[in-house]
Amino acid sequence: MVKKIRVTLPVDNPASAKLEKAQGRARLVCVGDWTVSELSDLDEQLSAIDLKGARDLEIDASGIASLDSGGAWLLLRTKRKADKAGAKAALIVPEKYHPLLETMDSGHTAPPVTHPPHKGLRGLLERTGEGTVHALRQGYDLLGFLGRVAVETVEAFLAPRRELPFPAFIHQIEETGVTALPIVGLLAFLLGIVITYQGADQLARFGAQIYTIDFLGIGFLRELGGLVTAIIIAGRSGSAFTAQIGTMQVNEELDAMQTIGLNIAETLVLPRVLGLVIALPLLTFFADIVGIIGGMVMTYFDLGVTIPAFMRELGNAITVKTLMVGLIKAPVFAFMIALVGCFEGMRVERNAASVGKLTTRSVVESIFLIIAADAGFSVLFSVLGI
Amino acid sequence: MSAAAAKAQKEAALRAGKKDDVIIRVRGLVNGFGGKIIHDHIDLDVRRGEVLGVVGGSGTGKSVLLRSIVGLNHPLSGSIKVFGQETVGLAPDEMRGLQLHWGVLFQEGALFSSMTVAQNIQVPMRRWTNLSQPLMDELAAMKLSLVGLPEDAARKYPSELSGGMKKRAGLARALSLDPELLFLDEPTAGLDPISASQFDQLVGDLQKSLGLTVFMVTHDIDTLRATTDRIAVLVNKKIKVGTIKELLQDGDPWIHEYFAGPRGRAALDS
Repeated sequence: MVKKIRVTLPVDNPASAKLEKAQGRARLVCVGDWTVSELSDLDEQLSAIDLKGARDLEIDASGIASLDSGGAWLLLRTKRKADKAGAKAALIVPEKYHPLLETMDSGHTAPPVTHPPHKGLRGLLERTGEGTVHALRQGYDLLGFLGRVAVETVEAFLAPRRELPFPAFIHQIEETGVTALPIVGLLAFLLGIVITYQGADQLARFGAQIYTIDFLGIGFLRELGGLVTAIIIAGRSGSAFTAQIGTMQVNEELDAMQTIGLNIAETLVLPRVLGLVIALPLLTFFADIVGIIGGMVMTYFDLGVTIPAFMRELGNAITVKTLMVGLIKAPVFAFMIALVGCFEGMRVERNAASVGKLTTRSVVESIFLIIAADAGFSVLFSVLGI
Repeated sequence: MSAAAAKAQKEAALRAGKKDDVIIRVRGLVNGFGGKIIHDHIDLDVRRGEVLGVVGGSGTGKSVLLRSIVGLNHPLSGSIKVFGQETVGLAPDEMRGLQLHWGVLFQEGALFSSMTVAQNIQVPMRRWTNLSQPLMDELAAMKLSLVGLPEDAARKYPSELSGGMKKRAGLARALSLDPELLFLDEPTAGLDPISASQFDQLVGDLQKSLGLTVFMVTHDIDTLRATTDRIAVLVNKKIKVGTIKELLQDGDPWIHEYFAGPRGRAALDS
């Protein structure tokens, strides 16, 4: 192995330990700076020394130039080893280091520290099992949380005991909806262009380029607009919910709220859920419009379709129902994003790593749920013949 | 001048500085945030082998002073020399060689949460030395017993420790490389009186047996009385240094209130 020399300061006096034997008496002469920079060398020298057979050992450290607790430990260790091997060891150190050695000799008898072992195949199996159980429990807990929020919501609306946190609710709509307009708009616009370009390319083989507009209108309004918006918002607001509530958890704010008698579901979760349920359908509608405009720009430049012609074709292809089928999914997506975001935030433990971990999990989970729910909707609509 | 020569010169300067009797020399330090001045040209010397306590009201910049010295905070102007080496204007990673000679205990311990206590203690060793793993394990066990933590604490994670144990573990990490200079940021804040006085005792013992120089920011007047040689008071953006006796004679109302107020009286009379 390549030796790493990292200590930047060379010591004034290189340390050494030499064994001198004479007439059955052994003398270990220690000189130099017995400090952290020299410990590695000293450790090698000392372990090379064979103490067997010596009946009396004098560890003469009176010549050392300086000593720190690491060096003192090596002296002490050597003495203890010798004692254990049956030799009577005496330790001579300069007077000024007596307090240090006394503190250490009286206090320290512990064996070297041990580290948690790295497990092999068994560990992998254990982790897999733990992960599975954890995932199931997670689903169960999420269901419980859903129930709690549902009950709280109904209660809050039916019997508004206290004033609903109306400003918080408006703030959430602004935070999750209004401020997301630029990014959602930009991505929807680009997506409209991409879809149109690909559609036109493929349909050109059949000479059916004009149906690009049908493809765009139906595809964007029914599926893509809602899906893309929901995914952006899951990454943007879902993660923010988890991080906000998680940081409050770390800060003991949630505990403080409970002791004051504030209902966490009502003060923290409800405004976020309701805010997003209002904001996401509006954002989806916005994304639909901008996406269509993106497609319109692309058909104008790529296929030379004028705006009135585009509008006429679009009018033939889609109805209000097409739009509604896309929009009806948005509140469901919003509900899932907000629910998962808040749920994971409340599971944060009181350490810094936990916030990051659960924020990631919150985003992954809500995107998974969004796509799964979208598939569910597709099946439902096809059964209903919509 | 070649890089090697420059390095040798730097090392020589550092070694010479380490023999100097004043370990930290602060001159004309100005700190401020957002146009508000916190330190207005303050001077401070910390001598070898002493325990210096730094006190002051909330917001007077005690921690800022500590952070300026260890290079975590960049002062507006002034000079700070640690072991004779200027630290102002250097980024923390440019202070190689200095970091080897000081240890810092942060307020909440600042233990790395993803590592066990033993691994935490070994981080500075890994960074700066080529010690073998068995030797590092022995040394970690020794540091734990020095700071009075039980053996089984070694395998625990910081989240499993109480506040007092975290501070002890943080102290063990700060002492990992046997530094000559120890910075403590409110070491007894948040501890119960018994743990706090045990901690004072511990710092005192370690300081004596390891020959440490200690720079300690604290609010705790009992700690001041029990451990410090001199006290630096931050008041009105300036600093006043002296022993408790000397400071009691000071005319400043805040200092008077601090040491001669009911709490100060009780602590000092006991």
